[in-house]
Amino acid sequence: MKNITIDWTDALAGILFILFGLLFGVQSLGLEIGTAFRMGPGYFPLVLSGILILLGLAIIASAIHDRGSEAIGTLAWRGAFFILPAPIFFGLTVRGLGFVPAIFLTTLIAALASFKMRPHSALLLAAAVTVFATLVFSYGLGLPFRRFGPWLPF
Amino acid sequence: MDLISNLSLGFATAASPENLFFCLIGVILGTLIGVLPGIGATATIAMLLPITFQLEPVSSLIMLAGIYYGAQYGGSTTAILINMPGESSSAVTAIDGYQMARKGKAGTALAVAALGSFFAGTVATLLVALFAPPLTTIALKFGAAEYFSLMVLGLVSAIALAHGSILKALAMVVLGLILGLVGTDIYTGAPRFTFGITEYADGLSFVALAVGVFGIAEILRNLEGEQDRTVLGTKLGGLFPSRQDLKRMVAPMLRGTAIGSVLGILPGGGAVLASFASYTVEKRISDHPEEFGQGAIAGVAGPESANNAGAQTSFIPLLTLGIPANPVMALMVGAMIIQGIVPGPNVASEQPELFWGIIASMWIGNLMLVILNLPLIGLWVKLLKVPYHVLFPIIMAFCSIGVYSVNSNVYDLYAVAFFGLMGYALLKLRCEPAPLLLGFVLGPMLEENLRRAMILGRGDPTVFVTRPISLTLLLLTVAVLVVMLLPAIRKKRDEVFVEAD
Repeated sequence: MKNITIDWTDALAGILFILFGLLFGVQSLGLEIGTAFRMGPGYFPLVLSGILILLGLAIIASAIHDRGSEAIGTLAWRGAFFILPAPIFFGLTVRGLGFVPAIFLTTLIAALASFKMRPHSALLLAAAVTVFATLVFSYGLGLPFRRFGPWLPF
Repeated sequence: MDLISNLSLGFATAASPENLFFCLIGVILGTLIGVLPGIGATATIAMLLPITFQLEPVSSLIMLAGIYYGAQYGGSTTAILINMPGESSSAVTAIDGYQMARKGKAGTALAVAALGSFFAGTVATLLVALFAPPLTTIALKFGAAEYFSLMVLGLVSAIALAHGSILKALAMVVLGLILGLVGTDIYTGAPRFTFGITEYADGLSFVALAVGVFGIAEILRNLEGEQDRTVLGTKLGGLFPSRQDLKRMVAPMLRGTAIGSVLGILPGGGAVLASFASYTVEKRISDHPEEFGQGAIAGVAGPESANNAGAQTSFIPLLTLGIPANPVMALMVGAMIIQGIVPGPNVASEQPELFWGIIASMWIGNLMLVILNLPLIGLWVKLLKVPYHVLFPIIMAFCSIGVYSVNSNVYDLYAVAFFGLMGYALLKLRCEPAPLLLGFVLGPMLEENLRRAMILGRGDPTVFVTRPISLTLLLLTVAVLVVMLLPAIRKKRDEVFVEAD
């Protein structure tokens, strides 16, 4: 008798797809479904959500096999912790602080994601990116950004 | 002759000083970022997409196309020099190209790749010019049912070429389709899945999805194990291939071009399949199969020609039907829509300058690549030495600016973070992002055509099988699915992708 193992990578993927299917499926029910002749806004997404849930179940089913499983491997915790907030921070501050300080701080936050980055080189890098981006995007391409926003006293 | 007058219109458009300039910028930027490790053509275009919005439609599409083949070329350069393909389509090039580099023939390998690509690009450009117009006439006969069936075929074929599990790829397509539906319903105006956030009423930003899933997820993956890359410090060797080398590359180049041109038209990332197919063919018919994997010139010339030809002919379904054949083409559709152009068969008749200008610019761009890259290789090698921890904060800064500048919508930036997290999670669960992006772009079109077809057919679903073109397309879809699920093919497919890794 062979050992039956569960490939957790696949099983988790299946669960994730089912969750997405449920999330959108439940919301589709709240929309007008309509008929096959005149489909309402909820018809097509409801069908798709159903398919997604079925596919998720099939993926979970295929995750139970005798071939052994592959590990997920290391996760970039520190990377995710600093990289993902960077664009959010930019979004929160670009109007208030203005383009120049927002891009400086965004680059600085992103730079912290690496173990190899030293503080002073991070500052230097952020300053260089800020100068370059301001020259290219604000002066060069003329994008309508306020360079310094209303949150700043000057 | 029509072809000649059309092409001359195209060259007149593409050769205007302004367009030449943007083509040059595109090619240089593309190569630059293609050379940098960890970012492929898709992420590059996604990131640079916003820069082009300020330009005229023709210039912007010419520049994007330039970035596309520039990045592909840059990807081959890294494949040869550091055994790290920037793009999946140059994964095969790394096998023999890197071996050539280790033997001190890096310069030759790079030159062979450049010349092969240029030749293939020239032929494929001609093919696009020849075949696009007749296809648009057929496409004009397409009704809603045909479009629906064609997109289904496209999506299913995209799965055939994704790595790994077919079930997962299918699920990714469906998830992409659903995400594409977020926003206001076109028929009733009802908001869907916007979670009460009015900023998402126009749909999720395509650029945010592409940057998040391809760009940020990739950065996170690279940060997992921050290891150093080793650039071959050895000399490039002579750049120009010897007469003997040239002789040995001609036949593989011709075969690669033929294989690539045909496979590129197929929906679903033809360039990748083309380079694998070409490598397999060369290895099989070679008199010295043992040389493959040890630095065979044919192993570089064939696949490089094939992937470039495929990259070029994948514009055919985009320009004639408005249907993207791969993620990069999906980005082009996004760019066209933002520029106010509806991709499809009408582009050729309504905007001949745009249509032929893009085609002509492909050839010009390829020429620029050859001229630029051979002398600039030294510079690219230097660039490879820039450490990753310096690169990615810069990438993050430009991503943020880029995404924000599309609509000045800060919610797009929040979407980037969400899609980055989602993309990374899916990547860790071994789900390929490409089908997701294709689904996202096709989602709204698929729904619209389905609903229209059903209304025209008075609610009778047989409308899809009673119309001959639609029936043919659906039968093809079933055939693709059956072939994919056949055990023998599945095994072969797994082998091909294992070789790639």
